[in-house]
Amino acid sequence: MLALVVDDSRAMRSIIKNIIKTEGFTFVEAGHGLEALAVLETGEVPDLALVDWNMPEMNGLEFVQAVRANERFNTMKILMVTTETEFEYMSRALEAGANEYLMKPFDRAALRGKLEMIGLIAPTEIQDNE
Amino acid sequence: MPLSAPDYQFLKNLVYKDSAIVLGDDHAYLLEARLGPLAQLEGVADVTALVRVLQKAADPALRRRVVETMTTNETSFFRDIQPFEVLKNTILPELVKKRATERSLRIWSGAASTGQEACSLAMTLLEHQRDVALGWDVQILGTDLSSRVVERAKSGLYSQLEVNRGLPAPMLMKHFTRSGVQWQTSSAVQRLVQYRVMNLAAAWPLMPQFDIIFLRNVLIYFDMDTRRAIFTRLRNCLRKDGVLFIGGAESIREADDAFECVRAGSTHYYRHKTQPTAGIG
Repeated sequence: MLALVVDDSRAMRSIIKNIIKTEGFTFVEAGHGLEALAVLETGEVPDLALVDWNMPEMNGLEFVQAVRANERFNTMKILMVTTETEFEYMSRALEAGANEYLMKPFDRAALRGKLEMIGLIAPTEIQDNE
Repeated sequence: MPLSAPDYQFLKNLVYKDSAIVLGDDHAYLLEARLGPLAQLEGVADVTALVRVLQKAADPALRRRVVETMTTNETSFFRDIQPFEVLKNTILPELVKKRATERSLRIWSGAASTGQEACSLAMTLLEHQRDVALGWDVQILGTDLSSRVVERAKSGLYSQLEVNRGLPAPMLMKHFTRSGVQWQTSSAVQRLVQYRVMNLAAAWPLMPQFDIIFLRNVLIYFDMDTRRAIFTRLRNCLRKDGVLFIGGAESIREADDAFECVRAGSTHYYRHKTQPTAGIG
């Protein structure tokens, strides 16, 4: 499976990539929404986009709106991964077409859980004492 | 100083005596990792020094803190999602039909930890059986050995890391409100759940007859005799057409043959063997 990681922080992209790599994803990346749209135009449609909110050039919400306006990307699941924790932001992201919403900071289990919720990976039982 | 074999044995015996939790021989690392911070809090150098304090004088409060520290509180909202899916799709619709006259449901989360499982059960009802959740006499009881985690569960307050784990964003928005840097369960959820301290391995208080019991990922810590005693009591407090969920990795066939296993997709649950074949599931 292919994931598009969109975040203006290289460190955050790295954290996300390290987690999803262990779930079998390969990835492409971008530092803001416009760059992410350019990546989408030239390559295959990813299965998943993990999208920050606050970025230069084009923010995450605008990116989601642009992507959802294009039928070519209908199959791509979108997970917002952002420091914005207000319900208003969650509502706007979900209404725009994001499939789920993850607040930073997060841990591996939380990201994994979100990927389960949007049907990209199979649920596994959490073992005690992990 | 690393924990010596006799000191590990002492702690293992203490935990077993007070909670019936069996620590394996390979759990020394876990014990040191968990009791190290407690030793610091108690003002002693390390776990070995903590053992000396415990050996020197009877201190029931310190013993309880040791046992509570060793209780595994791993949990998350909608942990291992499959049982909740089965509840939503199969068990609850059937139960609601059967209880239409008495309009009452009793549900028990028997290793509730900080309450995420009980809240998940409440949210499942509110989402998929809203009239029942709001109009029937519904009680979801969460119990745990640790008074510390029960107090946390009662608060209904969860951190961002906790609500990030397992809780879909629409559910967060619908069933929680912000409370500073934490999230507070809604009044609708709070009305459905109540919590109480309870040691599964000791004598049980008078329990109601439950329609649904979740007792997941706790039996693995008990020895065979304790499990057998627990299942005898479960048999008495599960309604004849009630259902019992245990952890996916746990098997109770070895401990009691009074229940039968019902496969449901990739998960399973148990019910009394004697119930009619037309029952739930």
